[in-house]
Amino acid sequence: MFTLFSPCCEKCTHTQDNPCKDLIECALRGPLCHDSQSCHEKKQNRLNFLNGEDPKYTYVYVGMGTCGMAAGAEKIYNYMSKQLEKREIPAVVKKVGCFGLCTQEIMVDVKKPGSPRISFSQVTIEKANEILDIFVEHDALPNGYVLGSIAMNEENSAKLNGQVKPIEEHPIMRKQKRVVLRNCGIIDPESLEEYVMRGGYNALSTALFKLKPEEVINTIIESGLRGRGGGGFPTGRKWFFTRKAQGDRKFIICNADEGDPGAFMDRSVLEGDPHSVIEGMIIAAYAIGANEGYIYVRAEYPLAINRLKKAIADLEANGLLGDNILGSGFNFYLKLKMGAGAFVCGEETALIASIEGKRGTPRPRPPYPANSGLWGYPTNINNVETLANVPVIIGKGAGWFKAIGTPRSTGTKVFAITGKTKNSGLIEVPMGISLREIIFELGGGLQDNKKFKAAQIGGPSGGCLPAELLDTAIDYDSLQKAGAMMGSGGLVVMDEETCMVDVAKFFLNFTKNESCGKCIPCREGTARLLEILETIVNSDRENTEASLLKRYQTLAQLERLAYVIKDTAACGLGQTAPNPVLSTLKYFKEEYQAHVFEQHCPAKQCRGLLVYKIDPNRCRGCGICAKKCPNGAIVGERKHSHYIVADKCLRCGACVEFCPFDAITVN
Amino acid sequence: MSKICCCSKDLLAGQDEKIQKLFRSYSKGEENALIPILQETQGIYGYLPKPILYLTSEYLHIPIGKIYGVATFYNQFRLKPVGKYLIQVCAGTACHVRGGGLILQALESELGIKAGETTQSGLFTLSTVACLGACSMAPVVTIDGDFHGRLQPKEVVKLLRDYEMKE
Repeated sequence: MFTLFSPCCEKCTHTQDNPCKDLIECALRGPLCHDSQSCHEKKQNRLNFLNGEDPKYTYVYVGMGTCGMAAGAEKIYNYMSKQLEKREIPAVVKKVGCFGLCTQEIMVDVKKPGSPRISFSQVTIEKANEILDIFVEHDALPNGYVLGSIAMNEENSAKLNGQVKPIEEHPIMRKQKRVVLRNCGIIDPESLEEYVMRGGYNALSTALFKLKPEEVINTIIESGLRGRGGGGFPTGRKWFFTRKAQGDRKFIICNADEGDPGAFMDRSVLEGDPHSVIEGMIIAAYAIGANEGYIYVRAEYPLAINRLKKAIADLEANGLLGDNILGSGFNFYLKLKMGAGAFVCGEETALIASIEGKRGTPRPRPPYPANSGLWGYPTNINNVETLANVPVIIGKGAGWFKAIGTPRSTGTKVFAITGKTKNSGLIEVPMGISLREIIFELGGGLQDNKKFKAAQIGGPSGGCLPAELLDTAIDYDSLQKAGAMMGSGGLVVMDEETCMVDVAKFFLNFTKNESCGKCIPCREGTARLLEILETIVNSDRENTEASLLKRYQTLAQLERLAYVIKDTAACGLGQTAPNPVLSTLKYFKEEYQAHVFEQHCPAKQCRGLLVYKIDPNRCRGCGICAKKCPNGAIVGERKHSHYIVADKCLRCGACVEFCPFDAITVN
Repeated sequence: MSKICCCSKDLLAGQDEKIQKLFRSYSKGEENALIPILQETQGIYGYLPKPILYLTSEYLHIPIGKIYGVATFYNQFRLKPVGKYLIQVCAGTACHVRGGGLILQALESELGIKAGETTQSGLFTLSTVACLGACSMAPVVTIDGDFHGRLQPKEVVKLLRDYEMKE
């Protein structure tokens, strides 16, 4: 099969061992070294085929990221392939990554010859049939689930006939600016050719042949790109320090250990466009002078791992990775390392320990990894999203990038918006956009039109922002000032039914479990903090003066201990662990007070404070609740109203779940 | 080899070749191979059998205590065999906010075990996982890798019945 990298005729000298430096440009505009119409046509035909422009075929794209797969995309993929074959329609069925509209999964796009690529949402087998019947065979559009059209390039976006709106006009897309997600959901992530077709590896050629390493670093410094993993350290400066450091070997590591619960940005990028990250990494390696690299990826992301493996193998086979990349004399060897499930390994020194085969415990800095990292050699560590930005900056220039966002936080940020919003999924917005715009415009507001209560931003290290701060601009400094942090990009929206004390407890429970145990403030401190929270979410059963006094003291203790941990813990995980507590204490103090003083949970979420009662008028005495009660706290005769023994009740709520008559009330 | 107990012979009998091959793909004394070896061992057996840990210790020249330290540090590793079906309840933020805790509770009371344990029948192992990344389907449970999303506690119990019926 002829690919973009195959020799067009015997005049082409490109091989894996002796790669041609013009490989990438030649693939798109070639042949460059000789003039031949037939060679040019060969390449052009291949490009058209990849681009969905081959008039012989109908193209079908099925969204097969983890969320699509979880929704059953594999079934639709197989069904579509079989049906197209049965109906004798010449077709190319492709698996693409996640487009980010998770609530619209399963997404299927269809591109017919000469017509734009149309995207359909929430496709089931029935809808798949309908799409085939009316759209593929008869050019009519089905009702109700057409999302919009996707422009593959500028030329065919002009061809849109007005029947279908561009997908950019969908509410969740309107304010987005896709830089990192430029290819996600559009191309087949397993195809190196498709990435190149969309302009991929052009930036690498530019960096290798037209720029000195220092110039690459300067471009990145000038662009103002800051680390997208949480801290926000200027990426170019990090590179500069590693370049300057002395060492026989240098390493670059891509931190893809996305352990933040409720965040899946990195996973989607790795699944949807692995090459963008790898290209960024090779450019970074060239800039700092590293010849070896690792991608440290969570073992819980099997699909991302497989796609990375495929990408690395393809690159090696085409002379874009390994010895003498594109004949430039620059060597770079890339390996995958699987994380084994430890949140703390997102911290760079812990990550290094883990790659070395040890327990992932952080060590004090300095020395920073830039001077002494993996096995003591200078090491540069960047996050997935940071690296995916790099090729675009090199390709389009620092000025282009700087024009997006705010002066101190340039570019875009990808967020995983989840929780109680109508639309959930992956969005990429320019920095400086307000939280309100994200939640109420892109997110479509809250489900069932409930009242907004808080947005948790930044995961276990971040904080909860209340409705008063909805107009906070999303950039590193404003968020820090508000008591949250950018974090990796998790954004969980909560409504009035969420208890903020419970949320704080949830995050503390997480950090307590994930604390590596090396330093005392974090190991013991988080456990004590959690203990305090446990006491206030349960009622005081002794009800004596002494026990109540103890209960009232907890509020002061909570705050004091939180600050001690913040000031004394050894690494980022410990220092930021109390943030969820501190930010909820700051903005939702009355909720804590209700728990402590009134022993009442306003959101009715803290089970320890609830009182369960059976309404005798509604209870029919079926006995299901008594059977489901784990502690035998429900008694009563069959066909007669039951009642709950308050002292025995564990407040688990199992009875409420299973009562067929809604006879159990909670107060 | 003297440190290995007698049961190791049975254990190794079936998998001998796979384990040998696994060791051969790393060089002796290569310290950074520890985590990949443990991961692959777990891929073969479903957990980390003690005799294999001793073999690993000898092969990589790492004291067994250190290996135990690593194996217990990371959430991924298990020192006990798992049941036929592994139930993973997502404990991510989105799932928590949408009632993931109730799902876990329903499973715990239905199976009569706590998270991290295996039923006596050996059929189900219940565990929690930090985040499966399928937040739009919250709350999510996977059984044997199959995703079940937007669950209610009642549905989870029904789901278990379906799996029990298969047996």
